[in-house]
Amino acid sequence: MDFSVIVLMVVVTALVFDFTNGFHDTANAMATSIATGALRPKVAVVIAGVLNVVGAFLSIEVAKTISSGLVDEAKITPVVIFGGLIGAILWNLLTWLLGLPSSSSHALFGGLIGATWVAAGSSAIEFGSVISKVLLPAVFSPIIAGVAALAATYFAYRITVGAVKETIARGFRLTQVVSASMVALAHGSNDGQKTMGVITLTLITAGSLPASAGPPFWVILSCGLTIGLGTSLGGWRIIQTLGRRVSDIQSPQGFAAETSSAAAILTSAHLGFALSTTHVCTGSIFGAGAGRRLASVRWGVAGQMALAWLLTLPSAAIVGALSAWVAGSGTLGTVLVALVALAAAAGIYALSRRRPITAENVNDVPAARLATASV
Amino acid sequence: MSIAWSSLLIVFIVTFGVAVAVVVLVSLGLVGLSARTVSPDGPPARAGAKAGMVIGGLCLLVAAAIIAFGVYIIVV
Repeated sequence: MDFSVIVLMVVVTALVFDFTNGFHDTANAMATSIATGALRPKVAVVIAGVLNVVGAFLSIEVAKTISSGLVDEAKITPVVIFGGLIGAILWNLLTWLLGLPSSSSHALFGGLIGATWVAAGSSAIEFGSVISKVLLPAVFSPIIAGVAALAATYFAYRITVGAVKETIARGFRLTQVVSASMVALAHGSNDGQKTMGVITLTLITAGSLPASAGPPFWVILSCGLTIGLGTSLGGWRIIQTLGRRVSDIQSPQGFAAETSSAAAILTSAHLGFALSTTHVCTGSIFGAGAGRRLASVRWGVAGQMALAWLLTLPSAAIVGALSAWVAGSGTLGTVLVALVALAAAAGIYALSRRRPITAENVNDVPAARLATASV
Repeated sequence: MSIAWSSLLIVFIVTFGVAVAVVVLVSLGLVGLSARTVSPDGPPARAGAKAGMVIGGLCLLVAAAIIAFGVYIIVV
């Protein structure tokens, strides 16, 4: 296979993944601010987009490994990366269609695991690391953020009882702008480096960069702009889920949720291991919902999300494995995988048009959908 | 397989502490600032309203400092 073709495919596919990562994760920072009216929808996603770009430029010390030690990095080839990215992109699109927040990082890990398994066998997979670095954090991170948000929400309502309600609500809406911006900035700095690392390591593998090279400026620029563009387009379906289908969120809860999320994301990153921003933010929104009134949370939605999180790694792995297997046959196989992925993406987009969710109707959830969320 | 339980515990403690601290400070700050608009029995006592605003302002200032530290962690 022509090496330059696969390298080009990896770069383009990585940027597409970055774009889906952007709009998939807009909700993490902005869903509650949009739901409470702290920010108008289009303003919120533009702010999130800009801050994601800023965050991406702040964090150019890319990860030394793209799989965080989940697979034997020596076995990773551009074909493996390509297959992994396809798996991650399609999972991101499917969960976006369903309006379910899921971790783009875990989707990428799953895709890489599947692709590596096909290319190099199961011995190249560090299953212990999958448990310690992926599965256990996926369980604990929403709990950590959820408990913090629950406590913070409880204290917020206890302290402000008896105060002028409108002043308190307005005050919290103002502070939500700050807290949501923090989450967006943290997300950009955490997630921006992911795709930079993928592209940089692909270029190193191809011999275009020396082994110890950092990301070239064009990689930083393209990754930063792409994640920002994806974010500013707004994953309205997921924003609606987190902002309206979990519970009827109020501004004190939104502020508590975003503050908990920012604290968890920054603390873990500072300690050298990144928790999924999606898992953290989702957990904190549930916690904040329960902190005001336990019965106000639609736990059925939590069940749907938990299922999606459980299926992320294996589903992306299966698609990643298939993609790597076909792409590994040569240039024609790579092109075929790209065309099939494009067709799948187009089909998912067409399905989404049957029930379009936009900035104008993101806060309007039909009663029927709320009823099913309670199941 | 090694599980960083101590790191997870640190994340939990710091997250819980910071989230509760910031939200409590902001809540106190907003209550203090809203004291000037409360008048259940006629005009609010000036001293009480002023004290509330000062304390409220201080609480918000401390909360802002914690948030600024968070931004510093991101930037540096």
